[in-house]
Amino acid sequence: MMRFLLLFSRQGKLRLQKWFTPMTEREKKKITRDMTTMVLSRQPRSCNFLHWKDLKIIYKRYASLYFCLAIDNQENELIALEVIQRYVELLDKYFGNVCELDIIFNFEKAYFILDEFLIGGEIQETSKQMVNRSIEASDMLQETMEEYMSKPAF
Amino acid sequence: MSPSVPLQEMIRAIRSARTQCEERGVIQRECAAIRAQFRQADNGGRSHNLAKLLYVHMLGYPAHFGQMECVRMIASPRYSEKRVGYLGAMMLLDEKQDASLLITNSIKNDLSHSNQYVQSLALCTLACMGSAEMCRDLAPEIDRLLRASNSYIKKKAALCAVHIVRKVHDLGELFAPAARSLLAEKNHGVLHGAVVLIIELCERNPETLERFRKTVPDLVQIMKGLVLSGYSPEHDVAGISDPFLQVRILRLLRILGHNNEGASDAMNDLLAQVATNTDSTKTVGNAVLYETVLTVLDIKSESGLRVLAVNILGRFLLNNDRNIRYIAMTSLQKIVGTDHNAVQRHRGTIVDCLKDQDASVKRRALELSLALVSASNIRSMMKELLLFLSSCPAELKAHSTSGIFNAAERYAPSQRWHIDTILHVLTTAGGDVRDETVPNLIQLITNASELHCYTVHKLYRALLTDISTQSLVQVACWCIGEYGDLLLRGECQETEPVQVTEDDVLDALETVLQSHMSSPATRGFALTATMKLSTRITENVDRIRSIVSIYGSCIDVELQQRAVEYNALFKKYDHMRAAVLERMPVIEKNSPGHTNGESMGDAIKDIQPAKMKQGEPLLALQPANQVCDLLDLLGGSEETLQPSPATGPAVPGLLINTASTAGGDLLDLLGGLEPALLAPAPTVPVYENEGVTLTLSCEKQSDTGLTVTLTASNSTDSDISSFTLQAAVPKSVQLHMKAPSGDSLPARGTAKVTQMVVLNNPNKVNLKMRVRISYSSQGSAFQDTVQIDSFPGLNAAGH
Repeated sequence: MMRFLLLFSRQGKLRLQKWFTPMTEREKKKITRDMTTMVLSRQPRSCNFLHWKDLKIIYKRYASLYFCLAIDNQENELIALEVIQRYVELLDKYFGNVCELDIIFNFEKAYFILDEFLIGGEIQETSKQMVNRSIEASDMLQETMEEYMSKPAF
Repeated sequence: MSPSVPLQEMIRAIRSARTQCEERGVIQRECAAIRAQFRQADNGGRSHNLAKLLYVHMLGYPAHFGQMECVRMIASPRYSEKRVGYLGAMMLLDEKQDASLLITNSIKNDLSHSNQYVQSLALCTLACMGSAEMCRDLAPEIDRLLRASNSYIKKKAALCAVHIVRKVHDLGELFAPAARSLLAEKNHGVLHGAVVLIIELCERNPETLERFRKTVPDLVQIMKGLVLSGYSPEHDVAGISDPFLQVRILRLLRILGHNNEGASDAMNDLLAQVATNTDSTKTVGNAVLYETVLTVLDIKSESGLRVLAVNILGRFLLNNDRNIRYIAMTSLQKIVGTDHNAVQRHRGTIVDCLKDQDASVKRRALELSLALVSASNIRSMMKELLLFLSSCPAELKAHSTSGIFNAAERYAPSQRWHIDTILHVLTTAGGDVRDETVPNLIQLITNASELHCYTVHKLYRALLTDISTQSLVQVACWCIGEYGDLLLRGECQETEPVQVTEDDVLDALETVLQSHMSSPATRGFALTATMKLSTRITENVDRIRSIVSIYGSCIDVELQQRAVEYNALFKKYDHMRAAVLERMPVIEKNSPGHTNGESMGDAIKDIQPAKMKQGEPLLALQPANQVCDLLDLLGGSEETLQPSPATGPAVPGLLINTASTAGGDLLDLLGGLEPALLAPAPTVPVYENEGVTLTLSCEKQSDTGLTVTLTASNSTDSDISSFTLQAAVPKSVQLHMKAPSGDSLPARGTAKVTQMVVLNNPNKVNLKMRVRISYSSQGSAFQDTVQIDSFPGLNAAGH
C-alpha cells in the first residue's frame, strides 16, 4: 500500500500532498519537512530509493518538481517508479506538456486526476485511456451543470 | 471587505508577494473574505471559495473553519460543489475530526446516486478517510456495489472494500464471496481491485487464505493471458502488457504458494515462463522480473527455478541502472542465509559495488559483503573491506568496524594477521570503534606471545604518527608499558626495528600524558605504562619518578590517586616494585562482550539449580572452589597498589587497578565474585505449581545446627494473600520457625516472601522436611504439601 504522495519544488514548496493514512496536521508537516530535506539533499545521479523509518521512499525528479512516494516495506520499488511515471503521463495528457505552473494554478484538477488513478493507496485503473476518459467525462458533467446554471467555472 | 477574487487570481497574488510578511497579509485578507462568504447564504461562488481555502491550506496555513463548509458542499445537489466538497473533506477532515461523521449520510446517499461520477466521489472519499464507524455503516452498500454495478464503480468499490477491511478486520468475511466472483471479470481495473482485495483478505485471515488457494489455476490463466498475449494498446507499457496487474497477481501467487507444495507446483511453469519471456531492457520489465524473483524465492519452488531466480538477480547486479543494482542486493541479502553458495558466485560484483558513488548502494553492498565473508575468502574480502573503510561515509563507519571485527574474530587465518587487521582499523577509523575493542585487542596481544616484539614496534610507530585516536593510543601505551624492554632492545624479527633510547620512549608517553587530545582514560593508561617502564629500563628511573610525583597533584582525581600510589611504590614499597610491575600473564579468553566476571558468575549459577542426586559432593565446596579459582586469577593480574572497594576484606593483599579497562574486566570479575562470597549457599527450587515457586537455601551454623531459608515468589498475574508456610521434621529434630517477611505475594514476582527456619539435629538423623503451603488467590484458597529430602550444602546423611 502507498502511504503518501508528495510533490514539491526544488525550493521545498509543497505543490500537492495526498495522504492515504490518517495523520494529524503536525505529523503531516513534520513528515513533509523530513521528506523535503532528505530528497533535496540527494546527489543528482543517485539511487531513487531511500529508507525512512519502516517505509521505502521512492522519489523522482521531473523538471523542477520532485515526486515523492512512500510505500510499505514489502512493496515493489520498481513498480512504484512506474506509478509515478504513469501519474506524470496522465498529467501531461490532460494539461498538454504539463509544467509546474499548471499544477500550481490547477491544483484541484491535479487532485481529481490522482483520484481517478489511485484510491486508498492502491492503483484503481491500469489503463491510461480509461483514466483520461473518466476525467473528461467528469469535467463535462461539471461544465454542463455550470453552463446550465450559467455560473463561471473556477 | 474586498470582493473575493477567482482562484487563479488569488494564487497569482500570493505568488507575487515578495516577502513572507506580504504573503501572510494577502492570505489573511483572503481568509477573512472566505469566512464571510461561508457565513452568507448560498451564492454561486461557494465552490471556488472552498478551492481557495484548500490552496491556502496546502501552503501550510490553518483552514479548519472550512470543515463545516465541506460538509455543506457535499450535501449540495450541484456536481461542481460536490466535487470540491469531497476534495475538501479528503484534505481537511480525517477520522480524528468530529465533523467527519456528519458526512456519513451524504456519502450513503451519494453511493446510490444515479450518476456514476457522483458515486465515484463518494467511494473515493470513503476509501480515503473513512473511519471505522463509517466503514461499518456503509459496508453493506459497498458489498452491493461490488456485485451489481458497472465496472467503473466495481473497481472503486473493490478498493473501498480494501480500506474497510483494513479498518475493521471482521468485515473481511463479508467481502470474500464477492471478491471471488470478481476474478472472472475481464476489465483490468476490476481485476486489479479484486486481486488487491483478495491479498488483503488472505493476509488477515489464514482460513480465507486456504479458501482462496483454489483460485491459483484461475490466476495462472490470467497471467498467461497477459504474458503471452499480443500487443494491447490499452494496457501496454513499453512492451509489457499491464505490468501493474502482473505484479499484483504475482504478489497474490506468492502469498498463496508460500509454504504450500500444491499451490507452488501449480504456478511453477508460469513463473518460469514469466522469468524467461519478460523483456528486461526497460524498468517495467525489470519490475515484473523482480516480483517474479521474489515470488520464486518465497514459495516452495523447485531448485531449477530457484537457480533461475538467483541468476536473474545476478544479471541485475551487472545492470547499469543503479536502482536495479540496489534492489538486487536487497534481495540477495534476504537469501544469503538460505542460498549462500548461489550468492557467493556473485561475490566479485558485490564487492565492486562497495566502490559505487551512491550511499544506499554502498550500504547494501557492505551488509552483503559482511554476510559473504567465509574462511576461504577472508584475506581477499578483508582487503576490500579495509579499502572500503578508508573511503566509507561517516554513517556507515561504526557498522563497518564492528562487522570487520566480527569477521576477523571468526575467520582470522593467523594471529599476526588478526592483530594487523585490528591495528589497521584503529588507524583508519579508530574513533568509531566500540568500547570493548581495547580490552579485546589487549587480550589478543597477550595471547600472541611470539608477536610481542612485532606488536610493540608497530604500535610505537603508530603512536609517533598520531595520538588523536583514543583507542589506538590506549592500546599503544599499554603495550609500551608491558613490552617496552623489547622495544629498547632494538632487534625484531618480524619488522624493521626502531633504534630508540629510553628518553624517546618516555617522551612519547609524556606527550600522550600532556596532550589536550587525550581523554582521562588514555592518560591513565599512559601513566601506568610509564610506571611499568621503571622496572624495564635501567637509566631513566629518576625521570619516571619525577613524572609520577608531578602527577601526584594533578586535578584529575583518578590520575592523582594513581600517581600517589606509584609514588608510594617508589618510596616505601620499593622492594615490592619489581614484583608488582612484572609482566602480565595471558588473559583468559572469553566471548566478545562478556567480562570475566559474568562468565564466572554464570558458572556459579549453573551449579545451583542442578538437580541434587544422593551422594553428590558437598555443593558448598564447589562455589568455594570457584571462589578459589577467581582468587588465583586475581593473584596473577594487574599489579598496582590500589585495593578495590568491592573486594574489601574478602581478598586480602590483592591489588586491583580499577580504572584501566582490563582492570575493569577484573572488577566485574569481582562483581561476580561478590555474590558468590556473600551468598555461598546455593538456592534450590523445591516447589513449583500454579505459578507459585518456593526455593530453599541452607546454611550450616554448627555441627548440628542449620538455618534454612525458604523464599516464595508468585509469577501469575494476580496477587496472592494469606500466604503461610508450615513445616514438619522428623521427631528428633528441633524446629523453630522465625517470623516470615510477609504474607502476600504480589503478581508477576515483584516481591518475595522469605521465611527462616532454624533446625537443630542433635542425633544427626537423616534430615527431611515437609512443608505445607497455603494461600488464597482470586478469592479461592489453595493448599499444597511438598517433601524436601535433600538439602543443598549437606551431604547425603544430612550432616
